[in-house]
Amino acid sequence: MGFLHRHRSTTPYLLLAPGIAFLGVFFVVPLFYLFVESLKSGSFDVGYTFSWAWSNYWDAIQNYKGHFVRSIEYAGIATLLALLFSYPLAYWIAFRGGRWKNLLLLFIVAPFFVTYLIRTLAWETILADSGPVVGFLRDIHVLGPDGRLLATSTAVVAGITYNFLPFMALPLYVSLEQIDQRLIDAAQDLYASKWKAFLRVTLPLSLPGVVAGTLLTFIPAAGDFINAQLLGSPKQHMIGNVIQSKFLELTDYPSAAAMSFVLMAAILLMVALYARAVGTEQLTG
Amino acid sequence: MTDVLTRRQLLQRAAVGGAAISLPGLLAACGGSTSSSASGTTSHTLAKTLRFSNWTLYIDKQGQKHPTLDAFQKKTGVHVDYTEDINDNASYFGKIQGPLSRGQSISRDIIVMTDNSRYPNLLIKKGWLEKLDKSAIPNIKNLLPVQRHPNWDPNRDYSLPWQSGMTGIAYNDKLTEPITSMDKLLDDPKLKGKVTLLNEMADTVTLVMLANGDDPGKVTDATFDKAIKRIKGAVDSGQVRQFTGNDYSGPLAKGDLSACMAWSGDIVQLQADNNHLHWNLPDAGGDIWTDNMLIPKGGDVYTASVYMNYVYDPKVAAKIEDYVNYICPVLGAKAVLLKEDPAVAKNELIFPTKEMLDNVHTIDPAVLSNQKYLETWQNLISS
Repeated sequence: MGFLHRHRSTTPYLLLAPGIAFLGVFFVVPLFYLFVESLKSGSFDVGYTFSWAWSNYWDAIQNYKGHFVRSIEYAGIATLLALLFSYPLAYWIAFRGGRWKNLLLLFIVAPFFVTYLIRTLAWETILADSGPVVGFLRDIHVLGPDGRLLATSTAVVAGITYNFLPFMALPLYVSLEQIDQRLIDAAQDLYASKWKAFLRVTLPLSLPGVVAGTLLTFIPAAGDFINAQLLGSPKQHMIGNVIQSKFLELTDYPSAAAMSFVLMAAILLMVALYARAVGTEQLTG
Repeated sequence: MTDVLTRRQLLQRAAVGGAAISLPGLLAACGGSTSSSASGTTSHTLAKTLRFSNWTLYIDKQGQKHPTLDAFQKKTGVHVDYTEDINDNASYFGKIQGPLSRGQSISRDIIVMTDNSRYPNLLIKKGWLEKLDKSAIPNIKNLLPVQRHPNWDPNRDYSLPWQSGMTGIAYNDKLTEPITSMDKLLDDPKLKGKVTLLNEMADTVTLVMLANGDDPGKVTDATFDKAIKRIKGAVDSGQVRQFTGNDYSGPLAKGDLSACMAWSGDIVQLQADNNHLHWNLPDAGGDIWTDNMLIPKGGDVYTASVYMNYVYDPKVAAKIEDYVNYICPVLGAKAVLLKEDPAVAKNELIFPTKEMLDNVHTIDPAVLSNQKYLETWQNLISS
């Protein structure tokens, strides 16, 4: 007790220490090794040696820019779709859920007690050529008689959207749930229409949730490879698939490491642009 | 941290320590198995536990038990710590190469890897395998003659086959006429978008080369490029839907695929539930591969060799075969099965005829370790 009193200024650092130590050991140190790896050259058979091989980065961008663009594209569309689906859902649960709120939230989260891989494999069954979804879409002529969903971009984006939906829905719910109903009532008392009250009061107040949700969805989605692997064809493969095959199939660790850094940089850039567009204060709520 | 402290070890070490379960006793017990295995023992005493990593569904099973493993324990007193943690060669190699390259044990005495990947060869070249103790494997005489001298391990110093399989074409007779050639699989417009190929380079390239009239046993840049170009054409035209591991089985059984490249043993298992599925070697020839038992550096050579000897007893091999349904490398297993389960013994996918064996090939091993080819292949299957 006495120690903390005498060193009041150090208290915040002591409280931060476990978190910083954790990030140091499990994030910064591996990242450093990854960086060193990304500048090596050689081959697996003779061994890789450090040689400031910046060409790994250039090759990664040059040879796989299509995959990088595709990853950002798929992740972006999936994030937008997840937002469109989640916002009304979270809104309804927050304002109309009443005593069923917790149960309804459980319904959103429940499928996620099943592992990621199994959920994606289930989509393989749902979207199967002989399955009900494709059958219905063929009946209403959205798909041709030989049309299919599996092994198309649609299936991959749908899979990503679904798999990351709770990361969008939950932060949205939290920010909507905290909105003081009286503020909306006040807006309407002052002759704002329902729509206007939503636009001027509810939406701005829920923006921190939107920002948190989009980041939590977009960042992991851009590096995902399971959905492209299982629901796509080779033409849908994302940068995650390439990194995986570089690392495991080709044991080309320097290239895989360099690609990981390029992906990280690309995501940081997108996030920075996004933060600039919506205003940084929204990031901190 | 895969060392599992068995109850027996725990009690034993605790008793040696003279105390009940004291902390030092526990620590000693934890350290015990790693220190004994790091050196790669060559003594002729059996270890208490044999640590065996294998592919899923690749050994006889009754409920939660593996009868042949239990019988082995009864016979020798060695408990087999059996783990089904190998799903594909590349991922498993990725997992074990770290510790092996640092000279650490991976806490396994037997692992199983496929010879149509570059890894068994690479493990030997890197010096990451122990030699078998052949004095403990008299049953090696039961190894099929065709399996005795693979080019990557000419005298079987480091490896013994676990099972083999053939790569060919499977089709669903409700959706298509019989597909018996790669030409049809790659070019027939009726199959468009209803075809998958295998993502193992050796399988797909071998079959396409044979269809091209080229020799997969002697690959040149020209014949390799020709095969790649042909496959790429089929991918770009939309004929080929995906490249798969054995995850083709679901879509094939459901009818999403009309035909695909497939492994013989998988189809034997699928046929049990769906009699519309068929498998055949392509007219121009198929591919044969073998999964090999290997002893990683630091494994207990003697105990592993005693186990290998045990599975090369035709009676034991027959029991495993009766469940696994791939191709058995042990002479005499067929004779045992003819009495016990004639349907399996007579199945040509499990005990192929001489005619079939004459029509299967293996790929030039130089291809498997050619980094340029491997990269070309990876770029093709993930474009």
